[in-house]
Amino acid sequence: MTSTTLSHDVHPVHFDAYGKKLGMWIFLFTEVLLFGGLFLVYAAYRFLNHDAFHEGSAELNVVVGAINPVVLLTSRLTVAMSITALQRGDSKRAINLIMWTLILAGTFMFNKYYEWYTKWEHGLFPGMDHYKELPAGKAQFFNLYFFMTGLHAIHIIIGSILLMVIAFYIKKGTINQQRYTYLENGGLYWHLVDVIWIYLFPLFYLII
Amino acid sequence: MTAIPQSGTYINFFEVKRGFMSWLVTADHKRIALLYFYAIMGFFIVAFGLGLVMRLELIAPGATILDPQTYNEVFTLHGVIMIFLFIIPGIPAIFGNFALPMLIGAPDVAFPKLNLISWYLYVLGGLLALSTLLFGDGPADTGWTFYAPYSVKTGTNVTVAVLAAFVLGFSSILTGLNFIVTMHQMRAPGMTWFKMPLFPWALYATAWIQVLATPIIGITLLMIVAERTLGLGLFDPALGGDPVLYQHLFWIYSHPAVYIMALPAMGIVSETIPVFVKKSIFGYKVIVYSSLAIAFIGYFVWGHHMFTSGMSGPARVIFSVLTFLVAIPSAIKVFNWVATLYKGAIDIKVPLLYALAFIFQFAIGGLTGLVVGALATDIHVHDTYFVVGHFHYVMFGGTGFAFFGALHFYYPKIWGRMYNLKWANIAFVIFFIGFNLVYFPMLVLGMMGMPRRYYDYLPEFTLPNLISTIGSWVLAIGLVIMLVNLINGRKGPKASTNPWQSVTLDWTHTQSPPTLYNFDETPQVERGPYDYRNYEQYLKEHNKN
Repeated sequence: MTSTTLSHDVHPVHFDAYGKKLGMWIFLFTEVLLFGGLFLVYAAYRFLNHDAFHEGSAELNVVVGAINPVVLLTSRLTVAMSITALQRGDSKRAINLIMWTLILAGTFMFNKYYEWYTKWEHGLFPGMDHYKELPAGKAQFFNLYFFMTGLHAIHIIIGSILLMVIAFYIKKGTINQQRYTYLENGGLYWHLVDVIWIYLFPLFYLII
Repeated sequence: MTAIPQSGTYINFFEVKRGFMSWLVTADHKRIALLYFYAIMGFFIVAFGLGLVMRLELIAPGATILDPQTYNEVFTLHGVIMIFLFIIPGIPAIFGNFALPMLIGAPDVAFPKLNLISWYLYVLGGLLALSTLLFGDGPADTGWTFYAPYSVKTGTNVTVAVLAAFVLGFSSILTGLNFIVTMHQMRAPGMTWFKMPLFPWALYATAWIQVLATPIIGITLLMIVAERTLGLGLFDPALGGDPVLYQHLFWIYSHPAVYIMALPAMGIVSETIPVFVKKSIFGYKVIVYSSLAIAFIGYFVWGHHMFTSGMSGPARVIFSVLTFLVAIPSAIKVFNWVATLYKGAIDIKVPLLYALAFIFQFAIGGLTGLVVGALATDIHVHDTYFVVGHFHYVMFGGTGFAFFGALHFYYPKIWGRMYNLKWANIAFVIFFIGFNLVYFPMLVLGMMGMPRRYYDYLPEFTLPNLISTIGSWVLAIGLVIMLVNLINGRKGPKASTNPWQSVTLDWTHTQSPPTLYNFDETPQVERGPYDYRNYEQYLKEHNKN
């Protein structure tokens, strides 16, 4: 290899923080539309089965449900604080705050698990006998309840893994005061996952 | 025009690193384009073969070589592969990846590693689709639309086929996202938005559709999976669900997807014609705006696939009107291409032939599209061979021909060699005749009332079907000659860096094949993309020779 090729081995593209954020925002659009399709289905089925959705909604525990938005909103605060901490160069505090975010995510998932487990105990879980006997309309409410909250829970898990990886790289120093875009992007994703819940919560628990 | 210089400093992207592994871990947009090329061509040939099998079955009434169930599986697999693995990724993932950074004066796309991940997702999706052949009760037999409730009830491998489409959608989204950021962030100094060539513009419009429409099919397909595996009867009418809602969701993506397939092809045609006419394209800005208009209006026309599905009267009228609206920007483009030819110094070379065939066949596809877009006539021809003929004229006669045109156009840039032009012309003529022999009789058959998706037909439909089947053999011969000629071209004479005398950056400022990061120094853009005034002088100053 000549010296020219060696100089070519250095990638000429500089680190483009704005571009990376732009890419993240575009990806968030796709997530919004992914759930947007489900909101459309929800709207159509609510329109078709209005009374049944009313009954279904009444069977969910609002108090247990209301804990979750509070937990998630708090986790948004901790993730936003961790970005500020990193921007100020305090990577230790940034990692700490990510850990708090993860703990809150765990709390959310535990609460979700408790809710689903209660449904399980009542035989009201997909595939169980009682579930199969649900009347038309009400079945659709619970289909959507499990599908949408389940898909959201998967997003919480993905977001948590993302934040763990980011915390690892902050510890390694790859993500640092100068290059904090990846943490910002992880935070953006986390905010989106929470915003989706802000919509899911009233759709299933509050609107009756 | 001379051959590649022999100086020691020029090392093209093939030679930078050698070995199989260097390809599998590459982040170079040109290598990824070639990875896509080989994978996509492989799938295309499989699905082309399935098409030949279907035509052979339809050579005469009654069962000839396939039983009904196999026929259903064959047309489904043909559709799934052609749509999700060939037409949608075809032009953007191969020629977009290869040419986009060079056309805008960039060293690579914005996210090179993400680009490679997209390719792996593509391969994974393709393998999932093919794996449906190997286990269980055989590949899906639902048609590529996976309509509920049949897709929920059939015992064939719908779940895996649907997951394949989901993974491929992910790949498509990531490619679109990558291209959008690339065009926003990496245009060369001096290249304003309206100095950007038209192929990037077409990719830009396409990328937004990919990003904004694909998630809808993603979630719809996941709902099918949930219904099949978890027993969530989301589209089951007995549980208060609505199968027509599935059709809405499906077409909310799949109609815009038609423009994902068509817009890049239009971009290729806009890129090709000025080069072989040596004249600025007629109405540059209008073509840009019409691309964006197609992308925008294309979101709101999905209902025209469902005129017979029991939508309300007003909804049908509105969707019909919108469908007519979306035809306008396409017609504007056709007008502009033809106006570009007017009084130009037309140099008929193979890529231009494919572009002209695109205009001719796309016009037929578009006009027959108006027939199915109008309410009254659609009731007559809905679900007949007229529709099959119509969309093959758009997809194959349009996008497919643009794909092969782009392959002939970029061939000397990709491999630095030139294929045999005479044989390329012969292959084109046979391909063109074969294509029209296959699909024109289908339009007639549809008007006569032959329904689509049956392995059998009434005796009075025999003659057009026979012509169509013979046409499929002509088409296959044309394809074989074309591919053999292109494969032989790898050992052909060395091509100059700019054999077509184009003035866009991809030809003027790079070597053939290009170097790893395309440009020795970042190009400064002063001229418009199709400024052919004094182009000979300009090329003398700028060509890499």
